[in-house]
Amino acid sequence: MSQRELDQDQGQEETASAVSRRGFLKGMGGGLLGTATVGTGLLGEEVGAAVSGPPTLSGPQRITLSINGKRTQVEVEPRTTLLEALRDRLNLTGSKEVCDRGQCGACTVLLDDKAILGCMMLAVNVGEREVTTVEGLAEEGEMSELQAAFVQQDALMCGFCTPGFVVSAEALLRSNPNPTAEQIRQGVSGNLCRCGTYPKVFEAIEVAAKNRRGR
Amino acid sequence: MASWKPYTEMTVVGSRQPRIDGPEKVTGRAKYTWDQRPPGMLYGALLTSPYAAAKLISIDATKARALVGVHAVLTDVHPTGNVRFAGEYVAAVAAVDKQVALDAVALIEVKWNERSHVVTLWDAIEEGAPRVFADQENVKENDRGEGDVEAGFAEAEQIVEAEFFTQVQTHSPLETHGSVAAWEGDELTVWDSTQAVHGVREGLAKALEMPANKVRVICQHMGGGFGAKLGPGAYTVIAAKLAQAAAAPVQLMLSRKDQHLSVGNRPDSWQKLKLGATKDGRCTAFECTTWGSGGIGGRGGVPQPYVYQFPAWKQKHHNVATNTGGARAFRAPGRPQACFAMEQIIDEMAWTLGLDPLEVRLLNDGNETRQAQWKIGAERIDWQRWRQRQPGAGAGPIKRGVGMGASIWFTGGRGTKAQMDILSDGTVEVRCGTQDIGTGTRTLIAAVAAEELGLPIEAVQARIGDSNFPFSGGSGGSTTAPSVAPAIKVTAENGKAELAAVVARHLGIATTELTFDGGTVRTASGQSLSWREACALLGATTISVQGEWQEGLSGSNVAGCQFAEVEVDTETGRIDVIKVVAVADCGLIVDRLTTESQVNGAIIQGVSYALLEERVMDADTGRMVNADFENYKILGALEVPEIDVILYDQPERGVIGIGEPPTIPTSAAVANAVFHATGVRLRELPMTPDKVLAALEEA
Repeated sequence: MSQRELDQDQGQEETASAVSRRGFLKGMGGGLLGTATVGTGLLGEEVGAAVSGPPTLSGPQRITLSINGKRTQVEVEPRTTLLEALRDRLNLTGSKEVCDRGQCGACTVLLDDKAILGCMMLAVNVGEREVTTVEGLAEEGEMSELQAAFVQQDALMCGFCTPGFVVSAEALLRSNPNPTAEQIRQGVSGNLCRCGTYPKVFEAIEVAAKNRRGR
Repeated sequence: MASWKPYTEMTVVGSRQPRIDGPEKVTGRAKYTWDQRPPGMLYGALLTSPYAAAKLISIDATKARALVGVHAVLTDVHPTGNVRFAGEYVAAVAAVDKQVALDAVALIEVKWNERSHVVTLWDAIEEGAPRVFADQENVKENDRGEGDVEAGFAEAEQIVEAEFFTQVQTHSPLETHGSVAAWEGDELTVWDSTQAVHGVREGLAKALEMPANKVRVICQHMGGGFGAKLGPGAYTVIAAKLAQAAAAPVQLMLSRKDQHLSVGNRPDSWQKLKLGATKDGRCTAFECTTWGSGGIGGRGGVPQPYVYQFPAWKQKHHNVATNTGGARAFRAPGRPQACFAMEQIIDEMAWTLGLDPLEVRLLNDGNETRQAQWKIGAERIDWQRWRQRQPGAGAGPIKRGVGMGASIWFTGGRGTKAQMDILSDGTVEVRCGTQDIGTGTRTLIAAVAAEELGLPIEAVQARIGDSNFPFSGGSGGSTTAPSVAPAIKVTAENGKAELAAVVARHLGIATTELTFDGGTVRTASGQSLSWREACALLGATTISVQGEWQEGLSGSNVAGCQFAEVEVDTETGRIDVIKVVAVADCGLIVDRLTTESQVNGAIIQGVSYALLEERVMDADTGRMVNADFENYKILGALEVPEIDVILYDQPERGVIGIGEPPTIPTSAAVANAVFHATGVRLRELPMTPDKVLAALEEA
């Protein structure tokens, strides 16, 4: 194979790999629709099941999502991620797209009380679970204690990563109201910030945790 | 000449003010360019060159155009058809959603004639290397110098020679570059993730051959730039053309991969340094040969000799072109590279002579501010204790050490204009065509205006990020605060003077008898009106004033130094930065809280540059192999050191910019600390475990 052919081959491979992630998720979406849990065990099962041809979804799908306490109908393709559904269909643009492959945490939302990455979940896989976005943490537009602590401590600079950090911190405090400094770092270790706001983020979470406990 | 009041007489300026746009950002309400959704908006996507060097033969977009949901396809995006790096924009699509746009891109068929390429500095400087530009050499040389270098080396009692390498770093702002373009008749509105709304307007008007006054550029919030967003982007022009072709607004945001490839980076460097000094550590001569590759941009400057003043020096520099994306200004362009090498050779000279590295620096550093800063920083990190420890002396596999480095940054700022309206209901609005790139400019404007008018910061509405507002330059070179703050102060003084005239006329007294503070207008005789009452005197009129930057309110030449404490695991090669002490030159501080954040962020980016980041090019395919955030690693929460920021305040110098300087010396301080810890010098960035282990092995 000549260098050129090799390159062309790799060019195709590159396109193919971008598609195959979607394709992979798409397969998952078809298989998992209607199930309430996602886990590695299930993943194995579904891949196995795919061989025998499970039902797959294609074309526009009308689904109902429960977002920030409201049930909302939305039409998506099976390959539409939860992040795309939120941002591009429902105009909830607080959750950000930064890497589009689960590497940065900017699209973090709560699924029930657990932090998940909106870019790594298909909208059709959400099912009955309650989605809370950064917008949903501010009840009637009022900042939550955690959000107020972010502002007070200056735990944001350009602010593009901030919604993801806020939601990760919220998930942390829901599961562990009294985190140690190390647990706070771990709790936001899936979120990247390019401005380097981390020290003030740690402070803000500490302050918020203290304030919540004092309530 | 205009001047600031002393801190003791100011209540807002110099205090700790949370950002006024913080609530919008933490609740997700802040709208970035990525978040703009004008009615009917289509999504754009780009087809980029897979080759580092190739001639475009043909593009067939028939299938893409036929795809349902596709509204426009541009196949004439590339100006010449000669691509010079993998990632150049070749075609573009606008479609009803992002996925359809990407599907359409995949359907475009392109025929290429591939040419040979060079993607690394090493390959590009080899004799017979493929030329990046057919009509010019890959390497451009220039020589600089001062004094008699030979005599200086002859006088030296110790000479140290060493080579250093620094990597290509990509800006990696979390919001990728991109624009939303919307036409209304022959007028164009563009939301752009930019550091320069006015610069983008001018550039875009030129590119589209249309009058600049028919282009409006808006950037209310932007997700970081670090120098990569100072000009109009090709993607902006493409977005405007797609919008025209589709007769609908188009959003075109770069993918993370395209961000790594096509919109700038910090060039790499190869530096061969030679330093001579007397036995007491006084440097007599410095000589260096340097190379830097700015890709197809060509610029890869390394400003040596950095920080220190030598009686004689010379530099032979080579700018090297490669088939990679062009370099752009990146947070103190050239300085971190230069500092990494210079601060290590100074350090090496000191240890070689058996002298205290701090003393050698003090002896060769003519900057008065830094003379004081070195001492403050040394005390804070307890250098007197650390210096007793010989390099590599610690017992056990995990070693600790402390190193240092210094910086200088030259720019001030000027030229900003602003406008202020004071309305009869007491509302105050300031308009200025600057932008907030995450530094807190909006807050700085409100703080300065509020201070001048004697109001709380919440009473001022600061409107920025719009090219329809009075001119302000790009937010680069740490010029924003020193350019904007004086303009706002002068504008607010003008507004205050007009209101004072109205109040004085009403009370039948002289304006000189009035003072404004605490939301109240007072007379010398003890009468007072609330701000609202004073403004109500305007009746049906509005005060509308302008102002611009004046001399005397801002400064330049920003000095700084840092000390880093590290822990090196000599078994795994892992470096942990435990603590960084930064003494940062701040002039007059407008907002202590956001200033601290700037310094924190600069250091964190510096540690990230020191330990993790590197654009990796594959020589054979000519492509970047780590164009994402998994393999191009930036510093995360678990790696953040303790940071001790000392704001070295000199209010008499006025407002100065702090964004860039504190990122400069961090990697050098860390490298010197690694030497102190292990007795082994790491001369190549990033200082990854493999390099640490290799250096330990060699020692």
